[in-house]
Amino acid sequence: MNGMLIIDLILLALLLITAVATVEVRNLFAAAMISSIYSLLIACFWTTMDAVDVAYTEAAVGAGISTILLIGTLVLTGSRETVRKAVHWPALLACLGAGGVLIYGTLSMPAFGDPNAPAQQHPLYSGYTQQNVEKAPTGKSHENVEAYKAEQAAKHSEHAGEHAEQDHSTGSAHGDFYHGHVPNQVTSIIVDYRGFDTMFETCVIFTAGLGLIVLLRGRKGNPLRGGLL
Amino acid sequence: MMLALATESMLRTDIPTLVGGIALLAGVLLLLVRAIAGPTTYDRILAMNAIGTKAALMIALIGFMTERPDFLDIALVYAILNFLATIAILKFIRHRRLG
Repeated sequence: MNGMLIIDLILLALLLITAVATVEVRNLFAAAMISSIYSLLIACFWTTMDAVDVAYTEAAVGAGISTILLIGTLVLTGSRETVRKAVHWPALLACLGAGGVLIYGTLSMPAFGDPNAPAQQHPLYSGYTQQNVEKAPTGKSHENVEAYKAEQAAKHSEHAGEHAEQDHSTGSAHGDFYHGHVPNQVTSIIVDYRGFDTMFETCVIFTAGLGLIVLLRGRKGNPLRGGLL
Repeated sequence: MMLALATESMLRTDIPTLVGGIALLAGVLLLLVRAIAGPTTYDRILAMNAIGTKAALMIALIGFMTERPDFLDIALVYAILNFLATIAILKFIRHRRLG
């Protein structure tokens, strides 16, 4: 049996215990500590999945800053949770439904590290792997860049003849040298189209800020209303 | 080809490293019990700190399992982060502020 698989299974079981404990523990300070433990464990899990950057962020933000913020809140509010035993059935059903839809979505995803994944199977993939990493000449006039593109496109249609009709079918051409210096499509979007990635990340942060403002504004008669915003 | 190589090296996990990993995770389980049951706040902070140490060791072990010993650097950063987080939490509890 694969050794990493055993480690992964134990890690996931520990994560499950931690998640249930975070919800069940009545002492909110203990819940903050346990959620910090959850962050540390899931950082290990990200490392086994080769997502070291995500693991870094999880350890710094999840185990560091959020724990401090949670404890800061507990200092202001007190650390005992009001006991509320009744199960809210519509909420439980909504959670189970959303979880079920997410799991159903993962069923059609390719396996982890699958070389036959769609990201590796794009019609232009073979053309990209043949292409050398090269940049269009910089500091030249627009016409020169166009001429360079045309020349390179001619060169490619010579030695990549069998891919030519594929390229026509997708409506893209090898002459477009600003695209696809990275063979993997996902990496290409994250690296070559960094601007889009960052733009939508800022959109997420903007949405979170908007949500916070709407939440903290409160209703009429809230004493905090004038003070915060 | 790179993917195939990575999978192959994962399959060649040697037994001592694997046993070490399982022992570490068993330790995490025991600490988790202390963090959930632990009567005082300081039990829980201690459990969190020790689990952070074990996470750093775990990442180093994962590095050796996948034959990428450069994960050791990441483990060092984790140890530093863990120390800082524990100090910050303790300071917050003692003084009720970070300043």
